[in-house]
Amino acid sequence: MENIPQKIIHEYLRHDKKFPHVWCAGCSNGIVLGAIIRAIAKMNIDRNDIVMVSGIGCSSRMPVYVDFNTLHTLHGRPIAYATGVKLFKPHLKVIVVTGDGDCTAIGGNHFIHAARRNIDLTVILINNNIYGMTGGQASPTTPHMAIATTTPYGNIEPDFNICNLAIGAGASFVARTTAFHTNEVQNYVRDAIEHPGFSLIEVVSSCPVIYGRLNKKGGPAEMLKHMRDESIPLTAVDKLPKEKVEGKIVRGIIKRVIEPEFCAEYAKLCERVQAMGGE
Amino acid sequence: MATKKLKSTEYLKSLVKTEPAPEEKHRIALLQGNQAVAYGAMDAGVNFFAGYPITPSTEIAEILSEELPKRGGVYVQMEDEIASICAITGASLTGAKALTATSGPGFSLMQEGIGYAKITETPCVVVNVQRMGPSTGMPTSPAQGDIMQAKWGSHGDSPAIVLYPDSVRESYELTIRAVNLSEKYRTCVILLLDEVIGHMREAVTLPDLANVRVISRIKPTVPPHWYKHYDENQKYLSPLASYGEGYRFHVTGLTHDSHGFPTNKPSEAHEMMERLRKKITHNIRDLVQIESREMEDAKIAIFAAGIMSRAAKQAVAQARAEGIPVGILRPLTIWPFPDDAVRKMLRNVDTVIVPELNQGQLIHEIRRLTKDKSDGDLISMQRCDGALITPNEILRKIKEVH
Repeated sequence: MENIPQKIIHEYLRHDKKFPHVWCAGCSNGIVLGAIIRAIAKMNIDRNDIVMVSGIGCSSRMPVYVDFNTLHTLHGRPIAYATGVKLFKPHLKVIVVTGDGDCTAIGGNHFIHAARRNIDLTVILINNNIYGMTGGQASPTTPHMAIATTTPYGNIEPDFNICNLAIGAGASFVARTTAFHTNEVQNYVRDAIEHPGFSLIEVVSSCPVIYGRLNKKGGPAEMLKHMRDESIPLTAVDKLPKEKVEGKIVRGIIKRVIEPEFCAEYAKLCERVQAMGGE
Repeated sequence: MATKKLKSTEYLKSLVKTEPAPEEKHRIALLQGNQAVAYGAMDAGVNFFAGYPITPSTEIAEILSEELPKRGGVYVQMEDEIASICAITGASLTGAKALTATSGPGFSLMQEGIGYAKITETPCVVVNVQRMGPSTGMPTSPAQGDIMQAKWGSHGDSPAIVLYPDSVRESYELTIRAVNLSEKYRTCVILLLDEVIGHMREAVTLPDLANVRVISRIKPTVPPHWYKHYDENQKYLSPLASYGEGYRFHVTGLTHDSHGFPTNKPSEAHEMMERLRKKITHNIRDLVQIESREMEDAKIAIFAAGIMSRAAKQAVAQARAEGIPVGILRPLTIWPFPDDAVRKMLRNVDTVIVPELNQGQLIHEIRRLTKDKSDGDLISMQRCDGALITPNEILRKIKEVH
């Protein structure tokens, strides 16, 4: 782990204002928050230039705890708000923190279109496979036949592969890791912020209190161990026999290409139009 | 029904160029209501537009897509109307003067976002060029069915400032006023246009740019650690910082305290709700605008908004020529409702006729103010089939009650 003193992390938190936080004991959201702060502290970005935007859900409560410009928006809409922020002041680093329900169910349309535009947003999607804040209903990433409070007989729907969705929609940076692999989270956040284009990081996380309990996945430690044991790095995929890859969480930077970024393209358009003069 | 732009922007410009520049007092042009809205927006300093195509508002987006890049402003076509209201709110928090334009179906989709802009006290303007509903309705025939939605469309109690022009020139003026009021009162202001006004062409005289009064939000002068995102003064108006200026404030759609942080305390919730309410109720005189014509000696009054007031004015002129004492009262600000002016009208006349292109929305508000009058004194004229109520029909009604 990158050596960032606890004191510095503390400085990034609104510790005198909004704590204690709302997250349950054993929730992965704090791990991801820690990794984001370490990445930003390490990069030494002026925090006045960071706007953290979120929607509604457990993970989306994150912005209130951090001392950046913060925008806690409507369910499903953080990417649409972030688009407005970024387009008007493109020099700002806009980080969207969202969840599986927020981003791929109600917010799916904004997600794919922001990816298609390749607007320079860093989307950190914390995927806990369930709607936690409302008490454990099935989300688009609830696994097939898993139990949720709205799928008491097992979930008959197939689940989204979020990274494939982002790639299909045109995102230029796509990575996946888990809350267990905190160094990877930190490094991918850094890479994504540096990447000039739409970036998505899917952080597979755990909701021991609801998802874990309903599906008998054990406590927080067991669920983190599951992430360790059931995930493989992308580099190993080709080397392993097919049956050892099946059903595993594949971790790594799945796509990273430089493509025209929306704000830069818009700036060019303005230049071109203005150069044309009056007519 | 995509109307051709007729190279409208070039046309306006060529007219402007022919005027002697320094002494120029005004600009004359043949404009559509939608064009007037687009020019009004730019003259008010709008530098961010996000929208989604929908007839009969599309010309506004088309013109701004052509004009904003020339001025370094931002035009973006979003994936839907929900995204549009969200994007303008995000841009406004970043310092933009932001506007979107839509029609009924899009306006319905925007309601949650409008509520968000109101609770977060973020300036922005939504133009709704109304068409016949409900649902897809009749694209695109006129109707005035969104009057109530413009106030009550978003869930929960929230302030509403809604303006309603009746001509192309007034579309220009009220667009500027809508932007100004949104900046001043830090809220989402709605401009309701009738389809007929959006698409109607009239020769208009626009004021010289130097004479356009533009209001911009108050910026905080305190150091960041003293800044409260909702720190009202006596008139319930508060300074607004932008993202990226060092203030690092929090914005949430949750009920919040004066710093913007979520709260569940009834006392803080009450304070927030009262601030939202009082910013309207304590500024009624600044917000409400009405036009009153021939009302001094009138025994019959017509209360009408938007295009219906145009028909009514003609009917009034004809009736006056025949010696009938009839006048017209017209709200330019439809919300907050002009209660005082309507009460005065009800005191002074025997009969009020309310022509409107819906199933009785304006008359509902007048009935609210008419406790001591029998319903017989209120005559509702409703039409809800995509066509207009004609001056002759109003004249006939005037003669009927005279």
